[in-house]
Formats: sequence, C-alpha cells, structure tokens
Amino acid sequence: MQELGLIFRALLRNKVGALLISLQIALTLTIMVNAIFMMQERSAQMQRSSGLDEANLFHLSNTIFAQEYNQPVNLENDLALLRQTDGVVDAIQINAIPISGGGWSMGLKTEPGDDISSTGVAVYMVDDHAINTLGLELIAGENFSPTDVEWRPSGKNSWPAKTIITQAMAEALFPDDWQSAIGATAYINNNEPLLITGIVKSLQAPWNGWDGVERSMLVPYKMESSGSRFMIRTQPGRRDELMPIIEKLLSESNKGRIIRRVTTMDETRERSYRGHNAVNKILSSVIVVLTLITGFGIVGLAMFSINRRTKQIGTRRALGATQWQIMSFFMIENLMISSFGIILGVAGAVSLNIWLVSTFSLSPININLILFGIVALYIIGQISVLYPARKAAMISPATATRTA
Amino acid sequence: MFSYYLRLAWISIIKHWGLSLVMITAIGLGIGASMTTVTVNYLMSANPIPHKSSVLYNVQLDSWDINEPANDDGSPPEQLTYRDATYLMSAKKAFRQNIQAQAHSVIEPEGDGALPFMVSARANSASFFSMFDLPFIYGSGWDQSADDNKEQVVVLSSEINQRVFGGEDSVGKSIKIGGNYFKVVGVIDYWNPTPKFYDISTGAFDDSEEIFVPFSLIAEEKINRSGNTSCWKPPGDGFQAFLNSECVWLQFWVELPNEQAKEEYLSFLNAYVEEQKALGRFERPLNNRLNNVMQWLEQQQIVSDDAVMMMTMSFMFLVVCLLNTVGLLLAKFIGKAPEIGLRQALGASRRTLFSQYIIESGCIGVAGGLLGLLFAWLGLQGIESLYGDMLKGLTGLDTTMIVSAIVLAVITSIIAGLYPTWRACNVQPSQQLKSQ
Repeated sequence: MQELGLIFRALLRNKVGALLISLQIALTLTIMVNAIFMMQERSAQMQRSSGLDEANLFHLSNTIFAQEYNQPVNLENDLALLRQTDGVVDAIQINAIPISGGGWSMGLKTEPGDDISSTGVAVYMVDDHAINTLGLELIAGENFSPTDVEWRPSGKNSWPAKTIITQAMAEALFPDDWQSAIGATAYINNNEPLLITGIVKSLQAPWNGWDGVERSMLVPYKMESSGSRFMIRTQPGRRDELMPIIEKLLSESNKGRIIRRVTTMDETRERSYRGHNAVNKILSSVIVVLTLITGFGIVGLAMFSINRRTKQIGTRRALGATQWQIMSFFMIENLMISSFGIILGVAGAVSLNIWLVSTFSLSPININLILFGIVALYIIGQISVLYPARKAAMISPATATRTA
Repeated sequence: MFSYYLRLAWISIIKHWGLSLVMITAIGLGIGASMTTVTVNYLMSANPIPHKSSVLYNVQLDSWDINEPANDDGSPPEQLTYRDATYLMSAKKAFRQNIQAQAHSVIEPEGDGALPFMVSARANSASFFSMFDLPFIYGSGWDQSADDNKEQVVVLSSEINQRVFGGEDSVGKSIKIGGNYFKVVGVIDYWNPTPKFYDISTGAFDDSEEIFVPFSLIAEEKINRSGNTSCWKPPGDGFQAFLNSECVWLQFWVELPNEQAKEEYLSFLNAYVEEQKALGRFERPLNNRLNNVMQWLEQQQIVSDDAVMMMTMSFMFLVVCLLNTVGLLLAKFIGKAPEIGLRQALGASRRTLFSQYIIESGCIGVAGGLLGLLFAWLGLQGIESLYGDMLKGLTGLDTTMIVSAIVLAVITSIIAGLYPTWRACNVQPSQQLKSQ
C-alpha cells in the first residue's frame, strides 16, 4: 500500500503525459459507449420480424400502359396463371410491399366522428390468398372469404365491409383486451365502418422508421389501377429459379403492360436497412481504430517514461527490487491514469448521450453499457502497458552504474 | 535556414521512424475520418443553384386540419393543394411562378423489337426551364401558350433522347408517351441538382426526371401523377374530386427579384388565405411561408441525423488522434533534451530551436494530411459501397475538400506541436551538459 503513494507521487512529476493519456481514455470511453449504444438500437430495429415468410417471397410491379386493357379479366388470368405454376405456393395482387418504404396509410378509430383522434395504420389491399401468400399467422378470427373481395375502381375512395388487423393494431385500438377487437367495428375516414374479422400476429408497415411499424391492416380489395404489385411465395428453395420464369411468363402473356422490378423480399429488407447497416459498420470500425490508437498512445508514452527512468529502474533493481515489482509499478501507474480518464469518460459519455437524446431523440443509454466500457478500457490499458512494463523489468541492475 | 530545418526534421523523422509512423498514421486517421464525414455533410448541404438560390422561393400555405397541424413543429404542409396552386399560378403575382408535380408514364419507341419502358416525368409549367436554368442541347422549353392550350409537348433528358432517337436532334419529332403522341420541343443536357431542391418530397437526393411535360396535361389525365400525397380530408370519388380535395401533392416556386417583391408576394398570399377563410377553408391560424432555396433546405433538415452524428463522432475521433500526437511529440522532443542542451550551449537561440521543432511538427502534419486524404478517399469509397445509390453524388472529393484536409492537418499538427516545442525550448543547457 505504501507503494501506491509512491507511484502516485511519481505520476504527479509527469502530469502532462499522464493527463494526455487520461484524456484519450476519456474520449475513447465517451465515443465507444455511445457508438455501441447507437449500434444496439439499430440492430434491435433490424432484428424485428416483418411477419412475412421472407425467404420464399418475391415481388414485381405490373404497370399497365395499353389504352384498352381489360383489367378485371387480365388480373384474374394473371393470378390463375401464377397460382398454377409449378413451385408457386400462392400469389396475390397488393398495393404496397412491407418495409419497402412506399405505401398507403390511414387512421382508424373505435368511434365515428370528426373530432376523435385516430390511430395510424398501414393499408394493404389484398384478396383472400394474402395470409397464405405472405405467410402470416392468423391468431384470432377468420380469413376473408372469396365473396368478401370487392373491386376498387381507380379513383374510388370507399372502403369494404371487413378488415383483418395486426395484433399491435388491435392493442392500440383496444388497450384493455386486444382480442375484443374481433367482431368490433373500426371507423375509417372518420365515419365509414369496418368490421374487424381477423387478427394476424404480425405484419410490418412499409416504413421501417415509423413508430407504428407493427400496425397494419388488410382490406379485401382488388385494384383496378394502372400500377400495382404482385407478391409471389414459392416452395422453399425454389425462389431464385422461379423469378425469371415468372417474369417471362407474365411479360409474354400480355403485351399491354410492363413487368419490372422483380425483387426478392431479402433484397427489399437489405435496401430498407442499408442505412442502418452502413452506420453500424462505420461505427464498429471507428471503435476498433480508436481502441488501437489509444492503445498505441499508451505504449508510446509508457516507453518514453521508461526510457527516461532507465537509470532509476536500474538503481531500484540493484537495490533488490524484483522484476515483478518493476512491472507492477507501471501497471499500477496505468491503473491510476486509466481511473482518472475513466471518471472523465463516464461524465463525457453521459453528456454526449444527453446531447444525442435531446438533438436526435434517441433513448437514454443504459448503465450496463457504461460498466462494459469501464471494464473494456481498464483491460485495454493493462494490455497496452504490458509490453513496456516487461521491457522495464528486463532492465539490468548494472544500468545503475553506467552514466546517462 | 528553412531548408536546413527541413533537413533536420527529415533526419529526425527517419531516425525515430516508428514513433513518426504512429504519429503520421494517427493524424492521417483523424483527418481521414473527419474529412469523410465533413464531405458527406458538405455535399448534403451544398447549394444546388448558387447563382439564383436567393431569388427562388418555395411557397407553403397552411391549408391543414384545424384539429392538428400538418407537422409536429407547427409548420405548414410542404406541398400545396391543386386548388391553391392553380389559383396562385393564374394570379401571376410573382416575377415568375411555377407549378409542378411528379408523374410517370410509359414510352413506346417506334420500330420493331423496341420494348416499351417506364420513365419518371415532371409535370411543370413553362417557366420551369427559365427559373431553374436548365441547359438545353437542342430546342428549348415550351411557352405559356402550350400550357394554356394543353399541347402535348415534351422536353427529354439526353439519356431518353439517346435511347429513343439515338442522340440526334429530335426537336419536332413525335414520341408515344402513355399511349398519346407528344411533340419533342427540347432536349436538355445532364441536369441533376444535388440536393434536388425543387422537389424533395420523395427524397432530397433523388435523380431529376427523364421527361418534362406541361402541367395542364395532368387534369386531362394525359399523364399519370405520382409522388408524395397527403390528405387530411377524404378526397371523395373520381379524379375531379381529387383535384378539388384538401390533398397536398404539388410543389410551387416563385422567383422574386428583391426583398420588396418578397414582402408583396407574402401579403398577396396572406390576403388570399383570408379570402379562403371566408369560404370555410384554411381554418388554422395564418401560417404562410416563403423560403428561398437555402432556407427551404435548412427548414426541411435534409442533412440526415446520421450524417451529423457521424461528423460529431469523427471530430471527437480527431481530437483523440491529436492528443495522441501531442503525447508522442512530447516524448520525442523531451527525449532530445541532451541534444537541445548542447545546441543551446553552442549558441542556438530559443527562437531558432522553436522554428526547428515547429517545422518538424508541420512536416509530420503534412505527411499526416496526405495520408489523411488517402484515408478520406478510402472512407468515401467505403461509404459509397455501404450506401450504394442512397448517397449517390455525395461521396466525391473536390478541390475545396482536398485543400481543407491539408490545411486542417497542418494547423492541427502545429497546434499539437506547440506545447512539446515549448517544453523542448525550455531545456536548461547546464543541467543537460552536466549529465553528459
């Protein structure tokens, strides 16, 4: 214990070097903790399930340009063709692709009226094959029947009689008992009633950054518009083989439209989260490089202070200090420097987090992460000082007798 | 003397090459990281039309629901309704005005085997081309009579002209768009303002459109409108009902030559809204806005949060790298105390010593800066490969950035060298000489 005071007093004689290392440690801790925190938030978002059987799904867009195009007949033909194709499990027409970024939203409320606030919900217009095609899990109520599905002419703004909603939407509308949503009436456009006939476990909205991303509804509509999308689910493992076949099949079956953007759901997810992924990769490289720089800084300054004290160390060795005592001197010194830096760093990490929370509306950091940062930096400090400390311990007692 | 000091610096850097390498790498990494993020931020917030940005104004009217504002911060909707925008267009109260919307269509090229393809379109009024200074290769934009008479005319981008007409002068030829024949009146050269200030509703860094057609054709349904559409009231059935609805989907820009014209135009807007209030519309408090290009981009916060956070982090990173350099320079210079003492004893003044060591720091800075440029270039390549077309056009290093990187590197390394140099100059020659 007596040694601690000794090391501390020795440290005070070289304040600036120690201070520089402390500051580096402090900033490293600040950046590291906040960067890991930001990465965790993004990873958590990326890991949410979309509710779809993503691996076996792909979608394409169907753009009609011919002036005389019999939409109802052609759509039925398309769907029949797709559903009969070998290897296809099921297929639907849909107005928007989940997590793709573009779609349609409306508001639902449990009572009609202009002055009641509504809950935002993503709208998917589909037929009775949607649950099977998308791979959704119906947890209450029942699927649409073929007779529920109506035609929606272009430019028409009415709504059908029934809807299937996600569990998250049911919870938002009926916070006390989400299952009571079955058989209940929700109002769209302020006062048009919709009977809730089914609840699916999950189905994400098109917008991954929206706080209501889990709130979606299915309505039984076939769309008579010039642009729509098809989603196709294949038997496991047959997606890539079927994509070009189906593109060709549809393109050739009718020349009055363009089939484009044949895209897997995997690719849609990758695109959707590309920004998140990029930020995470950048942040992790920052952490790695920062740790290396701080480590090298510690090595450099420790080497320097050891060089300066060669004679001292030699003298101590000549007076009987063991190699271990010399090594532990530098390791304890580093522990002291680290501790000072870590105290500053915790304050810095919390302040940076407060700034991030207030400027970018992130959530506050959790304490475990700070503890992790503290432990990590003590370890980095000790590892970095190991080599210089070993070199110091190797200094021979005879050095004491040499000049300079 | 300068070249002598340079030589001394060189000798010293080579002699302690390990230490020097660590310092140069640290500065390089710090500069590289900062320049990468600064470049992205700088390009995101660049002025897309520098010579005119102060006279072009975006118009916002608060036509939204009385129960809740269009945006949480109380700002009016970003786009206008068809009713309001067409009224402002016909009122002609500004020096120039432009109504515009996103659209899309299918081009069916003539000839066997040529497949129909989708194009992105902009439906705009005639003044678009003069207001935003579009560069024409052939022909020109249409004139106002084409708008009024709903003529089927089109301006093509050079890519589309290449694809359909093989790049030749196609003015006067016709092209089948969405089942109707349009007459080509002009072909523009590459024009892709970044950010896409004139319409950021579906993305501030989207590409500009492939064809331009008269806005009046939208109401004729000769071209399909698209893009961001928000309604606070159900629009009703049919296209006419949609045009009369409270849905916002149009961008409206005016050119106002001076501050006085701006004031006048704003009073005109306010008077219009007061008039509409009498008809039961515009139930919210008066909240109309005229923002010039840079104010508009600023208000819309098109620099992403991620980019700002990254830049903050990278500057902190640079500070760590500099602290590192200060520490290592200190170690290096203090290690030279005997040499310094000797030189002082032989008559070197503090001033000469100071210049010598500052020059040495500067050299390390220049080397670090050059390495930093390389890292910045690698960093931008990396960002480009990570983001792909999401950040297209935002990852190029220009001369301004290259010069700033070097200047930043030299300044920071000289600052980093100040304290160690000062310490080095304060060596007591007598003490040093004694221990020799």
